[in-house]
Amino acid sequence: MANNLVEFRNLRTNFYTSGGVVKAVNDVSFAIKEGETLCVVGESGCGKSVTAMSLMRLVSPPGKTEGGQILYNGEDLLTLKERQMRHIRGNEIAMIFQEPMTSLNPVFKIGQQISEPLIIHKGMTKKEAKKRSIELIELVGIPRAAQIFDSYPHELSGGMRQRIMIAIALSCDPKLLIADEPTTALDVTIQAQILDLMRNIKSEFKTAIMLITHDLGVVAEMADHVVVMYAGKVIEEAPVHELFRNPKHPYTQGLLRAKPIINQRQSRLYTIPGQVPNPVSLGNNCYFNDRCEHCMSICVDKQPPLNTYENRHKAACWLYEKGGEA
Amino acid sequence: MAQAVDTTSTNAEMPKTKPASPWTLAFRQLRRNKIAMSGLIVIIMMFLICFVGPFLSPYSLETMSGPSNKGPSASHWLGTDKLGRDILLRVMLAGRISLLVGLVAMMVSVAIGSTLGALAGYYRGWVDTIIMRFADIMLSIPALPLLIILGAVLSDIQVPPDQRIYLVMFLLGFMSWPGLARLVRGQILTLREQEFMQAAEVLGLRDKRKIFRHLIPNTIPIIIVVATLSVAGAILMESVLSYLGIGVVPPTPSWGNMISAANNLIDFKKRPWLWIPPGVCIFMTVIAINVIGDGLRDALDPKMKK
Repeated sequence: MANNLVEFRNLRTNFYTSGGVVKAVNDVSFAIKEGETLCVVGESGCGKSVTAMSLMRLVSPPGKTEGGQILYNGEDLLTLKERQMRHIRGNEIAMIFQEPMTSLNPVFKIGQQISEPLIIHKGMTKKEAKKRSIELIELVGIPRAAQIFDSYPHELSGGMRQRIMIAIALSCDPKLLIADEPTTALDVTIQAQILDLMRNIKSEFKTAIMLITHDLGVVAEMADHVVVMYAGKVIEEAPVHELFRNPKHPYTQGLLRAKPIINQRQSRLYTIPGQVPNPVSLGNNCYFNDRCEHCMSICVDKQPPLNTYENRHKAACWLYEKGGEA
Repeated sequence: MAQAVDTTSTNAEMPKTKPASPWTLAFRQLRRNKIAMSGLIVIIMMFLICFVGPFLSPYSLETMSGPSNKGPSASHWLGTDKLGRDILLRVMLAGRISLLVGLVAMMVSVAIGSTLGALAGYYRGWVDTIIMRFADIMLSIPALPLLIILGAVLSDIQVPPDQRIYLVMFLLGFMSWPGLARLVRGQILTLREQEFMQAAEVLGLRDKRKIFRHLIPNTIPIIIVVATLSVAGAILMESVLSYLGIGVVPPTPSWGNMISAANNLIDFKKRPWLWIPPGVCIFMTVIAINVIGDGLRDALDPKMKK
């Protein structure tokens, strides 16, 4: 079994807003194994991106990471000095973003932007960096690499820019690639190409990928392991096949039912009733209780723990607890 | 897959063999602006005349080259002053000084203004408060009285005239940075929240690199426009100070102190060749620079494009 590359232990990141404390990431624990693709799923505002930003230590005020540990190769990232952290960012852990159109600096040529981390982290000369950059541009499937090297971001399409972002992220051979909804802003055909590319990278470089998405189609295609988050908490975690075959948490079940099935006519897609609770006023209960069709009295009174069941399947729901039946 | 890749690249519409840089695009835009181009020509001519002209003159600055207070003639195209010095030569040499003062003052103000503005905008918080309140204080003090006081101090501690020019340049530059700092800060405040800055952060760059390599280049259009206009401002201010006798002091010529040499009524009425040439030079230079600045603003501002 592969080792844990990154392990979140009871991570808490809070945002201090005028309305109160928002527990964006509330006692989150999960691990990413070497060379594995882990998908984090959940609706908007459930803390997926904040988890990733906490890993990079880039949560900016009013947000603050206040508890827990993030172990990277056994070392707690939260206690590292800023200088050591800079060495990790871009070099060991790289990240790509949702919006490729604005993720490149408009005043620099593509080549300069790919070369920059190579020069900083790998100590390459400009010439070596250029050679490597052109290889990287070819690697991500853009033809005429030498010409693209001298282009400006505005001359490229969204799909190409996302490829460039991936090239930049890969430039220093990171152990972990965080992809924060990398395909959300792209149209479907380009989406498929980008996902293909990421899969190739994973098999070729043995890079672990933490893929943040709300698209279950992407999850099914990419993931080895899935973490489902709801209102800042991990509510279910399982290997991908197990999760799709046997979802435990009613929220996950709802998400899977809300997916359209190709070649099957449905008058109307299933929706989970209600809305995500206001993150400021969360009590000590199951956060999903008011939307859950199986809601029991204990769900309103007590928060379910994240327990491990068969097949490395974890879920936080009273339905599967002995105490829940009472 | 390769097929699919090709379609994406044709979507990007890149028939050109050589990609046009933002600078080429901006310059193309500027070339279409006739007024700005004529301003540019005037400035280039002015520089050529002032920096090359004196070598072609048969006279020298230190010696009297003819009878005093004579009007324009074939040997002295613009006449001579009361010490018999050739006005044309003095106008050209004064131009060197005035243009140099303008340029150096601009560089000083750009260096201070963009650095402090960028720091304030990037770090925010107390850094921002200190820098911007200091800028507010600088802006709230009227420049002229302050410069007059400083000029008087310079005269009092008897700075030699040739070194005094440099002090004037730096003083003018130091007085004019707050406006630019404000503009740069405002730009940086919006730029630092852009996704590409988050991407830069994720790459593990140092603050220094992020500010000077990633943020300031994005504010270059604003800096260029403000810098151009501030050259004109500095030239004008230097003339004012020299006219008042506290900027560049004789015998070093400057356009301002050449005009002040003609500030008695007789010279003013009877000997217009003493003050018209430097006056025209100041006027043309300042107008030309302002016109270029406006043209640059139109060329560099992406929101202005039709």
